[in-house]
Amino acid sequence: MEWNGLTESYLDYSATTPVCGAAAEACVTAMKRDFGNPSSLYRLGMEAENIVSAARRVLAKALGCEEQCLFFTGSATESNNIAIFGSLAANPRKGKKIITTAVEHAAVLGPFTELQKRGYETVYLMPAETGNYTAQQFFDAVDDHTALVSVMLVNNEVGTRHPVEEIIRAVRRKNPDTLIHIDAVQGAFKLPFSIRTATPDLLSVSGHKIYAPKGVGALYIKKGVKVSPLLFGGGQEKEVRPGTESVPLIAAFAAAVEWYLPQQKEFLAGYEALHAGLLERLAEIPEVSVNSPAGGVPYITNFSVQGIRSEIMLHFLESRGVFVSSGSACAKGAKSHVLDALGLSDGRADTALRVSFGAYTERKDIDRLADSLKEGLSSLIRTN
Amino acid sequence: MRELLLIKDGEIALKGLNKSTFENILIKNIRRRIEDLGKVTVQKAQSTIYVKPAADDYDIDEALERLKKVFGIAALSKARMTEKSFEKIAEEAVEYLSDLLPFVHTFKVEAKRADKTFPMTSPELCAQLGGVLLSRYHNLKVNVQNPDVVVTVEIRDFGAYIHAKKHEGAGGMPIGSSGKALLLISGGIDSPVAGYMMAKRGIEVSAIHFISPPYTSDRALQKVETLCEKMCDYMGRIQFYIVPFTEIQEEIRRNCPEELFTLIMRRMMMRIALRVAKENGMQALITGESVGQVASQTIGALACTDAVCDMPVFRPLIGMDKNEIIVVSRKIDTFETSIQPYEDCCTVFTPKHPKTKPQLSQILEAEMSYDFDPLLEKAITGIQLKTIYANR
Repeated sequence: MEWNGLTESYLDYSATTPVCGAAAEACVTAMKRDFGNPSSLYRLGMEAENIVSAARRVLAKALGCEEQCLFFTGSATESNNIAIFGSLAANPRKGKKIITTAVEHAAVLGPFTELQKRGYETVYLMPAETGNYTAQQFFDAVDDHTALVSVMLVNNEVGTRHPVEEIIRAVRRKNPDTLIHIDAVQGAFKLPFSIRTATPDLLSVSGHKIYAPKGVGALYIKKGVKVSPLLFGGGQEKEVRPGTESVPLIAAFAAAVEWYLPQQKEFLAGYEALHAGLLERLAEIPEVSVNSPAGGVPYITNFSVQGIRSEIMLHFLESRGVFVSSGSACAKGAKSHVLDALGLSDGRADTALRVSFGAYTERKDIDRLADSLKEGLSSLIRTN
Repeated sequence: MRELLLIKDGEIALKGLNKSTFENILIKNIRRRIEDLGKVTVQKAQSTIYVKPAADDYDIDEALERLKKVFGIAALSKARMTEKSFEKIAEEAVEYLSDLLPFVHTFKVEAKRADKTFPMTSPELCAQLGGVLLSRYHNLKVNVQNPDVVVTVEIRDFGAYIHAKKHEGAGGMPIGSSGKALLLISGGIDSPVAGYMMAKRGIEVSAIHFISPPYTSDRALQKVETLCEKMCDYMGRIQFYIVPFTEIQEEIRRNCPEELFTLIMRRMMMRIALRVAKENGMQALITGESVGQVASQTIGALACTDAVCDMPVFRPLIGMDKNEIIVVSRKIDTFETSIQPYEDCCTVFTPKHPKTKPQLSQILEAEMSYDFDPLLEKAITGIQLKTIYANR
């Protein structure tokens, strides 16, 4: 990792990314020079407000939406919570059934579990045998009483790219009143995607997955869609998310997107090449089986190493300077619900690792990973 | 500064000729535990220790909280010091107790007159001070049998003390008064409780922990350090020995029958702990074992573990149920840390069907299958020592 002087191979970009130079710079400037409160009436406040407005324009353009539809939040978890709880609270007559997938992130599953306790009928769609979802599944599940469908653009653990454009059309065909929320955290900015084309009602993104600092997210709310706030206060972000705007993090978010987006195509092509290289190297190791269904994004790959539990191999790889994750970093130690939904045996799920690429990943990182896996397999005691 | 802490000795008050030795250890422990809070003078007289802050802005409530966790103290209270005249005592009592007396219903006054030159007798002092307090706090009634509050006035050589709220101390014996021992700590619920219980008996406890990277993670080690930090609220500081244990575990797994894995591992741990204890002047080992809790804690298994030990092994939890252990664990605030799900070296290679009735001869034979001595030496050489303090 030459970008910050570390020599390790960081292969966990889906957990988080390092802050890129442009974002760090924008952040520091907003902390030190343009430190005003956007609500203050004097020049310093106005300048801070201008930074937030400019950032909103950048993000709106990148996502393909109107800037007045975009709201800054503290994280994608918060965006998801506002989208789900807020839209249901504001639209009580749409019905009591809510639909999502069995492979969502905890930031969507958590609200669903809570809503079930509050009397909603929750439906968790299982993936087809291929590990993917079809629009038809959603068409079949939605009925007159379905208030909300929430589905992720890209799965964080295995990298499946859900056909959200078709899903949205299918849901609307069945019930035009059903609201549709997209958790786009692992796909936005990295893949060609546009809100204008997909037309979701709500969409969540995160800053720290795209080279901005942790602590900032955004929520798109389609014009005309009513959302009740979860917090009440000073009326910032048009009362959707009150609280003084985090100008430095918002500025950094926009700077990161401005840095990444023009290179999106090249990065993606790079990930394709790395992905092909990774699969080739993994194929050399008989104990390895790939868990990611075919057709997913090239920058997330999940595989199992027969005989060695995830955590042990993870720490072994760490000792060789390779950082990967066991399932999702947000679920330390717990068994992966995603691999479970994909129908993997306990043995496969217990030995699963996730490798994810980012802007600074190189071929030599892949080779180091593969060599270290082989070394681990020959030296570690097998317990599974 | 007119407010100070009065500390009552616990068990050491019952000691004979050694009493002042114990008291001096307690005083040293008290001083050390609050040394970063500012200058204090510490005096003892008639089984009471007086901690008097030098500065007016001394954080006496923080000192009180910390001293509640010093072993050897039965009870402690904040007190107001005043001149030895009835007028002064009455005036100060009315003012000092103004945040307590308006909120209770019944009280009584107790007087202790160590200075017999004081012109009033104890009953006179009680009656008159009681009268003053009744006239000032109309909510109060006297109840000698079962009062909500006992207002105590002590007339000592160097002044009079007024106090009303007695806090329970940690009890036990002052740490350092019963020698030193080494606690085998895993990261689970039991071992910190075992360490706490032995420290309460005056033992200076050090801790030893075994790590097996990459089978165990940095977080597992960090968790144990956090447990030690929490125990330091009671123990002041802990010498913490970290043993690299991976190779020994791997070779046990490769060379010995799987069903004996845990027992042989425990014996290896005991051997290393024994060496560390002996080399550092400790006289006993401490473990958190409880009969029957897991396969390695049956009587037969414990006998096999003890067979490598030629010093006492204290197992204060031996007859306790898990629930009883958890109660103590919550009290000393280690429970929430203990239940974090990081794997420790005891569970990594746990056999599916461990032997519950092991034969020592089988174990000795299994241990012969590989020359563990060089690995034991290597592990001992690789030990890392850290001094852990309470995290404030």
